[in-house]
Amino acid sequence: MRHLMSPLDLTVQELNDILDLACDIEANPKAYAHKCDGLKLATLFYEPSTRTRLSFESAMMNLGGNVLGFSSEDSSSAAKGESVSDTIRIVSCYADICAIRHPKEGAPLVASLKASIPVINAGDGGHQHPTQTLTDLMTIRSLKGRLDNLTIGLCGDLKFGRTVHSLIHAMIRYPNIRFILISPEELRVPSYIREDVLVKNKIPFEEVVRLEDALPKLDLLYMTRVQKERFFNEEDYVRMKDFYILDKKKMSLAGPDMLVLHPLPRVNEIAVEVDDDPRAVYFKQVQYGVYVRMALILTLLKWRDEKC
Amino acid sequence: MLNVGALHEGFVLDHIEAGRSMTIYSYLNLDKLDCTVAIIKNAVSNKMGRKDIIKVECPIDMLNLDILGFIDHNITVNIIQNGEIVEKRQLTLPKQIKNVIECKNPRCITSIEQGLDHIFILTDPEKEVYRCKYCEEKYRRK
Repeated sequence: MRHLMSPLDLTVQELNDILDLACDIEANPKAYAHKCDGLKLATLFYEPSTRTRLSFESAMMNLGGNVLGFSSEDSSSAAKGESVSDTIRIVSCYADICAIRHPKEGAPLVASLKASIPVINAGDGGHQHPTQTLTDLMTIRSLKGRLDNLTIGLCGDLKFGRTVHSLIHAMIRYPNIRFILISPEELRVPSYIREDVLVKNKIPFEEVVRLEDALPKLDLLYMTRVQKERFFNEEDYVRMKDFYILDKKKMSLAGPDMLVLHPLPRVNEIAVEVDDDPRAVYFKQVQYGVYVRMALILTLLKWRDEKC
Repeated sequence: MLNVGALHEGFVLDHIEAGRSMTIYSYLNLDKLDCTVAIIKNAVSNKMGRKDIIKVECPIDMLNLDILGFIDHNITVNIIQNGEIVEKRQLTLPKQIKNVIECKNPRCITSIEQGLDHIFILTDPEKEVYRCKYCEEKYRRK
């Protein structure tokens, strides 16, 4: 049985197969409408989420399956002090597959070690968010036509931004990828990304503070929100939250083919006036997220059955 | 020169950085063993200037020496049987260490999950970097 904790759990070939399947689902949704009849997805969300949880639920429903779970720690036995290990043992008796989001880093890994069903990491603290990465990869491949030969700007909270960490892990496996890391000093990528991923794999990257300096060089701009929930200190958050605001004026510095992605929710970092720019594809990303989660659920269930 | 012949069966841990013997005593849980332990602090060493030495009289399968590689792989482990040095073991960095050090990342699941083993994985042998298995936080020695 396989789980998904990080994008690196999948080989490039497996990842391509999932993206191909997602594209086929996009083209022929009716062909997949009953693939999960009688099956259940558990969504264990220990912290608030709109897109990811609804996207998983929508994906399972589109496949004909059912969904059960909880959407906050308060409405689960975690509020009574139940451990993740115990919760997943119990949920394994109720569902066929599980997506778990937890504020503590590594919680989905702990769950996967005790589960008898496939476990998908739906985001763990500031650590990993692999299904957002699958969504990002599908968006890039569908709209750019390739996953190689790209200069990617990552902007905002690169320290706690798990979507950024997961995307870096995934993209370095494709040839000729270059990163421009745009963040204030305090929110630069953590050492386990800079040293163990970028430097170790000899991936070209530069760290800059000004977004304007990077924009003309980019094929993709991946904007992120400064996440209030990751700060222990309110003052630090207030100082950082509006550090970057992408508006029409800044967009004029970018090339005509540069795409703007964002894992959402967006707060102030992208002005609403940018939404109508054809280069702004963050709402298309949301739709791709459903297709790719459908493909992932089908793939993990297929792998579970093959092993049985 | 120290006389290790006094030991019948056990270990002589030599070339310990001066002042670190009590740390190693603690890591190896020597306080829990019902056997003879001798700690020599600040012994004169041609190689190191000053060094610590620990002598432990116990069956040789009783100690898990993997942890020594993590603490300091320059320590020399002399294995004594029948009063003779039968092996000088070279230490290497263990690929994984379990329940020896704890993750300091307050966002890590190990900070709240009861009964969870604290596991660190060797991710960069050249730089001797260990990271938490769960959150990938780097272990900082000092």
